[in-house]
Amino acid sequence: MRRLIAAAITAASMLFALPAFSQTPPNVLVVGQIAEPKSLDPHAVTAVNDFRILMNVYDGLTRYKDGTLEPEPALAESWEISDDGITYTFKLREGVTFHDGTPLNAEAVKFNFDRMLKEDHPYHDTGPFPLAFYFSAVEEVTAVDDLTVEFKLKEPFAPFLSNLAYPTGLIVSPEAVKENGKDFGRNPVGTGAFKFEEWQANSRVVVTRNEDYWDGAPPLEAVIYRPITDTNTRIAEMLSGGLDVMVEVPPDSLQQFRDDANFSVYEQAGPHVWFLILNMKEGPFAEKAVRQAANYAINKKALVENILQGTAEVAAGPTPPAFAWAYNDELQPYPYDPEKAKQLLEEAGYDGEELTFYVTEGGSGMLDPIAMGTAIQADLQAVGMKVNIETYEWNTFLGKVNPGLEGKADMAEMAWMTSDPDTLPFLTLRTAAWPEEGGFNSSYYSNPEVDELLDQARVSTDPDERAELYKQVQALTNEDAPWLFVANWKQNAVVTSAVEDFELQPDFGLVLRDVSKP
Amino acid sequence: MTAYIGKRLLAAIPVILGLSIIVFLVMKLIPGDPAQALLGSYATPDNVERINRALGLDRSWPEQYVIWIGNLLQGDFGRSYILNRPVIDEVLDRFGATLVLAGASLLICSVLGIFAGIVSAVRQFGWTDRIVTFFVLIGISMPAFFLGLVFILFFAVQWRLLPASGMYAVYGGGDLPDLLRHLILPAGTLAIVATGVVARLTRAAMLEVLRQDFIRTARAKGLSENAVIYRHAFRAALVSIIPVIGIQAGFVLGGAVYIETVFQWPGLGQMLVKAVSTRDLLLVQGGVLVAATLYVLVNLLADVAQAMLDPRLKA
Repeated sequence: MRRLIAAAITAASMLFALPAFSQTPPNVLVVGQIAEPKSLDPHAVTAVNDFRILMNVYDGLTRYKDGTLEPEPALAESWEISDDGITYTFKLREGVTFHDGTPLNAEAVKFNFDRMLKEDHPYHDTGPFPLAFYFSAVEEVTAVDDLTVEFKLKEPFAPFLSNLAYPTGLIVSPEAVKENGKDFGRNPVGTGAFKFEEWQANSRVVVTRNEDYWDGAPPLEAVIYRPITDTNTRIAEMLSGGLDVMVEVPPDSLQQFRDDANFSVYEQAGPHVWFLILNMKEGPFAEKAVRQAANYAINKKALVENILQGTAEVAAGPTPPAFAWAYNDELQPYPYDPEKAKQLLEEAGYDGEELTFYVTEGGSGMLDPIAMGTAIQADLQAVGMKVNIETYEWNTFLGKVNPGLEGKADMAEMAWMTSDPDTLPFLTLRTAAWPEEGGFNSSYYSNPEVDELLDQARVSTDPDERAELYKQVQALTNEDAPWLFVANWKQNAVVTSAVEDFELQPDFGLVLRDVSKP
Repeated sequence: MTAYIGKRLLAAIPVILGLSIIVFLVMKLIPGDPAQALLGSYATPDNVERINRALGLDRSWPEQYVIWIGNLLQGDFGRSYILNRPVIDEVLDRFGATLVLAGASLLICSVLGIFAGIVSAVRQFGWTDRIVTFFVLIGISMPAFFLGLVFILFFAVQWRLLPASGMYAVYGGGDLPDLLRHLILPAGTLAIVATGVVARLTRAAMLEVLRQDFIRTARAKGLSENAVIYRHAFRAALVSIIPVIGIQAGFVLGGAVYIETVFQWPGLGQMLVKAVSTRDLLLVQGGVLVAATLYVLVNLLADVAQAMLDPRLKA
């Protein structure tokens, strides 16, 4: 027995003697992700978590200019838009090849969009393509010559260039799709700064430097993405030296990393808005003064500073400030003014009717929904509004909220992240976007002036004119208060001090082509 | 014996089939579907319908189930809706990891549990017994996922002795010592509760055997105390300990669900959690089928071992 114990101790000491955690090697970046990617086919996925890998393996025709949400040339060197806003002609960059050696040309671009949009395309069954509707305005894609490709739209659609910069617009290698069929998502081939190397189920995705990258080979030799679903484990892994970059750090832990000289914390406001949908069709919120009163009653500053611990900013309207070019910065958030709220409620003749409030347990972009919902309930209570919370799991919650709140609830939490200032108002604020029309206007907001402005903005190809129209929309909805505007989330990441030139982008993406780690 | 094993295997078929029907119904009855999980806030009725059509989910429930069973009989587990990957590939990728983790825990809990149980029984009501019982009760009462986090905090973050998560180092590594270092914390955590149970039951079984006449005879013959306890008493007690270990196999497989999540162990349990939350029905079915089969096999193994140890059971 004694010999057995001695042997066990020797074996154990041998295990511990090995470097249990090694610092990650130079020029290899280890990124802690919140989950394993669903697929690496950019047309088949919807999650930001997957986009963080895809943006580095693929390019789109356009991409967002560094630090902004304005499209700039990427695989397309230049483009022309016809005066009626219907025809977009792109000139492709010369000499670009996919990682499998096949050329990027007009036919390849056409293949990408046809695969997504045409149900009779021979490779349409490699889907489904959940976000294909980003390009539902496209009527026909034509390869004019080897490097010229023409998109004909069904109607003018101004967000088209931004949507091309969105991950759903990334361009995949047609030959690789033909070769791998439905398994393309596990064998991705693009033109990006990094080439796909291996995907070990649930433990890592490895991409390596593309020496022939058209925009200059990146400094990093390789990037390893590790999925770590449990937040506490992810933090432990970061603290113990197993990661170089960690995304989506919970507010509670940010301070710990801030205080530690071995780490740097990055924050970047994104195209995100967190709000409450107010049911305008029936009940107390049918009255504008009551909706405004609710907006005055909530202490949004306390919400973002205490519950979210500074990881978000107070929202003023439906458009996040990250869309700098279209953001109305004259607009002020409703100030916290319970007295004014009480006065408005009294004037409106609110009789203390009880309100039903849908809260979710968690979900994409929902931040800390239960704590936030409870704080909102308390603030409304303080001005005399009795609120009953009903809490649902995310999928169930969406099933209740998306078909509209009529007959069910007076208010519901919601959050959106979008690629263009058009998307959210178009899907949630127009009369034609009421749930029964297939939209997401679950508050049944209807203002003909807003409808008119949004229709105009959609067909205008002049960015300045569009910006002006969106600013007017923001002012109108701020006044009408179909929602209770709460917060704009700041994306965050923690990196070790070895990482250089790291930057977060406003689209919540993680672009690594300029990052180095000597 | 062969006939017995064959009969047991045949009896497992309706169990597993029934299980697949229950899993199917439960997955259909909980709200939300894969299309909603894929589309998130973009889940308009139009979009949901388009995705459901593409996934074959627009058919009726019985039709879907019959298609699934039909394909299964031809060895086709179907494709995961969310991962867009054959279910069998995903399940096999993860099966090995779960087998390693569950196997290691089962080994730890058997060896430690039996050892602690024997020591405890031999020194009944002595100090050793009290100390062992104290730790065993703590082990049984502590939630394993919490204990796992505490272990990570000390062994990985504070002392940096062991890796915090994963099965292999992300670069280098990949060999057996690397695997063992990654295995210690999750397998140890997972084994703790089972060790307690095995220890308690071994103690009880040993106490019963030690009171019997043949032990007194063995002692009277002048055998050494070690020989009496390990060769005579323990062998007799083993007959009632082995089925307990078989049951612990099921416990360890169930516990793997959250231990795998805490330690990011790339196994079946973690896959099932994710598959349920994204309503990935075929993946859930595939995973449950494999886990259930494994459970049936381990229990069969325990019964066979028991029968071999105890000639009375052979009839």
